Amino acid sequence: MQAALPHYLIVSALLFCLGLLGVVVRRSLLVMYMSLELMLNAANLALVAFSHFNQNLNGQVMVFFIITVAAAEVAVGLALIVALFRKRQTSHVEDLTSLKL
Amino acid sequence: MLENIFSDPTFQFVLFSAAKIAVVFGVVMTFVAYAVLVERKVSAAIQDRVGPNRTAPPLALKIPVLGRLLQRWGMFQPMADGLKFILKEDFTPAYVRTVYFWLAPAIAVIPAFLTLAVIPFGSTLGSQKMVIADLNVGILYTFGIVSLGVYGIVLAGWSSNSKYPFLGGIRSSAQMISYEIAMGMSVVSLFLIVGDLNLMNLIQWQADHGWLVLYQPVAFVIFLVSAFAETNRLPFDMPESESELIGGYHTEYSSMKFALFFLGEYANMIASSAMMVTLFFGGWSLPWLGKPAETLLGGLVHIGIFIAKMIVLMLVFIWVRWMLPRFRYDQLMDLGWRRFIPAALANIVATALGVALLNR
Amino acid sequence: MPQLTDLLFYAFAGMTLLFGFLCVANPLSRNPVTSAMFLVLTIISMAGLFVLLHAFFLAAVQILVYAGAVMVLFLFVIMLLDLKEEERRKLNKVAVGLGSLAVLGLAGVLVRVLAGATPLIAAGSKPVEGSTRELGRILFQSYLLPFEILSILLLVAMVGAILLSKKELK
Repeated sequence: MQAALPHYLIVSALLFCLGLLGVVVRRSLLVMYMSLELMLNAANLALVAFSHFNQNLNGQVMVFFIITVAAAEVAVGLALIVALFRKRQTSHVEDLTSLKL
Repeated sequence: MLENIFSDPTFQFVLFSAAKIAVVFGVVMTFVAYAVLVERKVSAAIQDRVGPNRTAPPLALKIPVLGRLLQRWGMFQPMADGLKFILKEDFTPAYVRTVYFWLAPAIAVIPAFLTLAVIPFGSTLGSQKMVIADLNVGILYTFGIVSLGVYGIVLAGWSSNSKYPFLGGIRSSAQMISYEIAMGMSVVSLFLIVGDLNLMNLIQWQADHGWLVLYQPVAFVIFLVSAFAETNRLPFDMPESESELIGGYHTEYSSMKFALFFLGEYANMIASSAMMVTLFFGGWSLPWLGKPAETLLGGLVHIGIFIAKMIVLMLVFIWVRWMLPRFRYDQLMDLGWRRFIPAALANIVATALGVALLNR
Repeated sequence: MPQLTDLLFYAFAGMTLLFGFLCVANPLSRNPVTSAMFLVLTIISMAGLFVLLHAFFLAAVQILVYAGAVMVLFLFVIMLLDLKEEERRKLNKVAVGLGSLAVLGLAGVLVRVLAGATPLIAAGSKPVEGSTRELGRILFQSYLLPFEILSILLLVAMVGAILLSKKELK
């Protein structure tokens, strides 16, 4: 069967669901964070697929922006996790239940 | 029937690509073996020693004159070294994280070879372009693959599960990320001038207009020094510095697994030399030999020129290793972040202004 | 006879999903490093899908930024923190079950809806090439303002990360 738009979109949707699964099931902050990256990547795949099959490069520019934002987000997020770890010696979400440090 | 298959373009493409890959792989492996020998000989010369001059297989000395000469030059040494690596006991400590411990050496070697895929090592040979993959994002591909090189070392350091390798792994990940930025930025100015990311076209531009090292000396210096940092060679071999970290990330490795790291380091050295030849020294071209070859002989000459330039740069790598002492780690970071990145940025701005003014 | 590109699509898509699954829900190991390594593999196989969609520049950037920089940062932090905590903990079975059920439901809905998707324009004409030149042209003509704002975002992130990782503020 020829790979057309729905195929790519379904792969993207399944990948997104895998990311969601990671966020829901795993309890380590870092792994949850990686799952978020997976979800962002799924969105990227959908955008690139739209861009290709609609013959319009705007989608790819959007992916370029998403990748940049994700890089910035990871830098800040990891800095937050490290700061949190320093205060609490844990990165397990169930240990991080109080609002005040 | 058979003729049909041979005239099929897809089949031809696969066949020629496979042939190119096999040849490049073979040549690089030979180069690695003899680079080690050259390194030992050059270091011996620098330190006023003789270097390896004893090894010889049983019957080789029977050859008149030549046998003795080859022995004196140490030409048989690489074979003995390789044999020794294979025969040594392959020891896996009990406390390591086994899967990653076994994977790490392989991961360390692969990127070095993958980088070579986009490097044009000649113009044309017959109807074939002398490059394995002629990508229009060539240089981006290279940087992508080079950035994967850090995994082997980091995983080795982490999976060894002991102090010194771990420190080596942490050091190398920070070092390689830092210098990648400077390296990437130094190259941007080249592409501002040339206006193409394809390495074949880059070389053709240099053949027509002169080598880029003349236009971009600052970029070249930054790239060269960053290449030393990326290949973990002295004066930037902090990840493995034997006097403070025993052996850094490969402390716990022995036999072939250690040999793979060794291979990776030299293959990286070859890849970055080839990269520099392509980017700054006009690849296969010489100032008066700028056209893609039309005859078979011309193609071979171009490949020869490329390899000769590459060897010169590899000698620079080896020479620097034995002339300079190791940097301190904070000095290394300082050099990368506070000197090279601003310098590379300034270089980009200056080049962009120059290009804009000249093209007006 | 199926075309080579279609076979490649199925290969890369299968790899992407398999590695993605092993990243988030590896039955054998709950080690964060394993997750990170499988995420790297997912990203690399996704770059393969990008190439099939003629997005060459993005494929290279995907490997360069995600696999080369972001994931190395992750690995760096995992090693710095030396997390063994999660492996020892028991999973809450009810939470895992309900969570998986919800995700499965969402997956079902999404696949149902997306299976009927069609492009706005008919296929057949020449596909666009996501080459560096074309992408650059659009980026610096139509998207110049977002691009500049993005650079400010990066600056903010940089300052923020440095500030957060300082031990104490003077």
